[in-house]
Amino acid sequence: MKFLAMCSTGLGSSFMVRMNIETIVGELGLSAVTVEHSDISSAGPDSADVFFVAKDLEDAAQGLGDVVVLNSIIDMDELREAVKAAAARHGLL
Amino acid sequence: MNSVLQNLLDVFREPSVIVGLIALLGLLLQRKSLSDTVKGTTKAFVGFLVLAAGAGVVSDALTPFGEMFQHAFGVQGVVPNNEAIVGKVLTNYGSQAALIFFFGMVVNVLLARFTRFKFIYMSGHVALYLAAMIAVILIANGFSSWQAVLWGALAQGLITTLSPALVQPWMRKATKNDNVALGHTGNFGIATSGLVGKLFGNPEKSTEDLKIPKGLGFLRDTTVVIASSMGVIYLLVTLVAGSGYVEDKLSNGQWYLLWAVMQAGKFAAGVFIILAGVRVVLAEIIPAFKGISEKLVPNARPALDVPIVFTFAPNAVLIGFLSSFVGGLIGMGILVAVGGTIIIPGIVAHFMTGAASGVLGNATGGRRGAVLGAMVNGLMITFLPLLVLPFLGDVGLQNSTFSDADFGVAGLLLGSAVHISHVAVIGLIVCALAAVFAGSALITRRQAAKEPITTAEPERRPTA
Repeated sequence: MKFLAMCSTGLGSSFMVRMNIETIVGELGLSAVTVEHSDISSAGPDSADVFFVAKDLEDAAQGLGDVVVLNSIIDMDELREAVKAAAARHGLL
Repeated sequence: MNSVLQNLLDVFREPSVIVGLIALLGLLLQRKSLSDTVKGTTKAFVGFLVLAAGAGVVSDALTPFGEMFQHAFGVQGVVPNNEAIVGKVLTNYGSQAALIFFFGMVVNVLLARFTRFKFIYMSGHVALYLAAMIAVILIANGFSSWQAVLWGALAQGLITTLSPALVQPWMRKATKNDNVALGHTGNFGIATSGLVGKLFGNPEKSTEDLKIPKGLGFLRDTTVVIASSMGVIYLLVTLVAGSGYVEDKLSNGQWYLLWAVMQAGKFAAGVFIILAGVRVVLAEIIPAFKGISEKLVPNARPALDVPIVFTFAPNAVLIGFLSSFVGGLIGMGILVAVGGTIIIPGIVAHFMTGAASGVLGNATGGRRGAVLGAMVNGLMITFLPLLVLPFLGDVGLQNSTFSDADFGVAGLLLGSAVHISHVAVIGLIVCALAAVFAGSALITRRQAAKEPITTAEPERRPTA
């Protein structure tokens, strides 16, 4: 099971979201999940099971599959709920 | 020179090895498992070599561009693009830059720990680019390697601590909280935009009340943006240079317009490779920095990359980019009229810093603030790079340069000092350090006068 955080260059904000997801995944004890980050142009439907993007990249992430759109990428609570929901969708919780 | 020492020196001349060692240190500090440690160290080492390989690709595309531009217009043409220039710099000054980057993080944590400027600069990629520029300015102007690392790391730590502080008043307005900061080398321009918005705008008339058609989603794909924008630039210059010159001198007889498109594609490919290398290197180093800084400075604000503000005002993102780009075009027009080196607008820089300028300009001054603020940023990132070129030694003769406002401001300060004397550089850095501690003490005293009872720290700080 792979979660992928994305932003336009895959350097700053996606990395931050990735580290936050890793923290949450650790809290929830989801050992089956690996988390990575990348630029949006490198990602394809097979790159991961769940994709995380900020709201401004919603259009660019269309067609990847299970895409989670974050209204604010600095809101830990929103991210926690999103990760929980994604894990539940994929039968991990 | 005995051979053991010689071999050791050889090792330290390899930036990829230095980067691997920095990653190793970080992984050990995080007490990672043996397999993770070996994996991470190897990836950082190889990642740097990937970056260096990308630099070669960019260089191959840029060199003929420079010749062609010179032939067509008789002056030097420079496209500011951080990745392009950093690739070049790191192949020559990589070891020193990596060490400045590393010790700069240490200085950043110490300053955040012991002063009121509690900002931890989490944007490793731009911090690495900044370290590269500092290394060039100091070493190209006669500093020895170890001196450059010492003073460079102090300068790096100061800049990464103070630059977020500069933007924080406007960040509070834009994000409606005080928990996160902005960590980007565009901060000086972005802060200026916030100020312009405050002076000349009206926050009541927000950009977000406008109906703006969507459809510029392609702007969010860096590879597409670089390839297409460079494609336009290459084609224009190729047309002016003429088929005869290009096919005779540069393209080995290949049809000149196809050659132009291919070079633009190669430029984008090189940047793509450099980004991949930087991504891999930082993935092994930044988590350790994050963990350690959270332990040592528990109440710090993480300074994060610009896209964190994009979701607060999506319309301002687009308006800011376009306004900044227009500023860049106006700036280029002025340079054409005046003569001399021409700075061609770097579209990635105008997007990233222009968008953030738009968001903060909108927060302080609404639509007018977003437009005017971002336009000022666009002008700044045209003229500042030009002013820094003379301090970059041979690197200043390349056809790309550092693109954001902080590079310009820091480069001007350091470069001007280094042109006076080495003592002036040391003086500048020592004075800046003293000023930070004095300013910090002043803030503490002022706050104590205001509120005799110390307030508790805010409950929730989002981790970054």
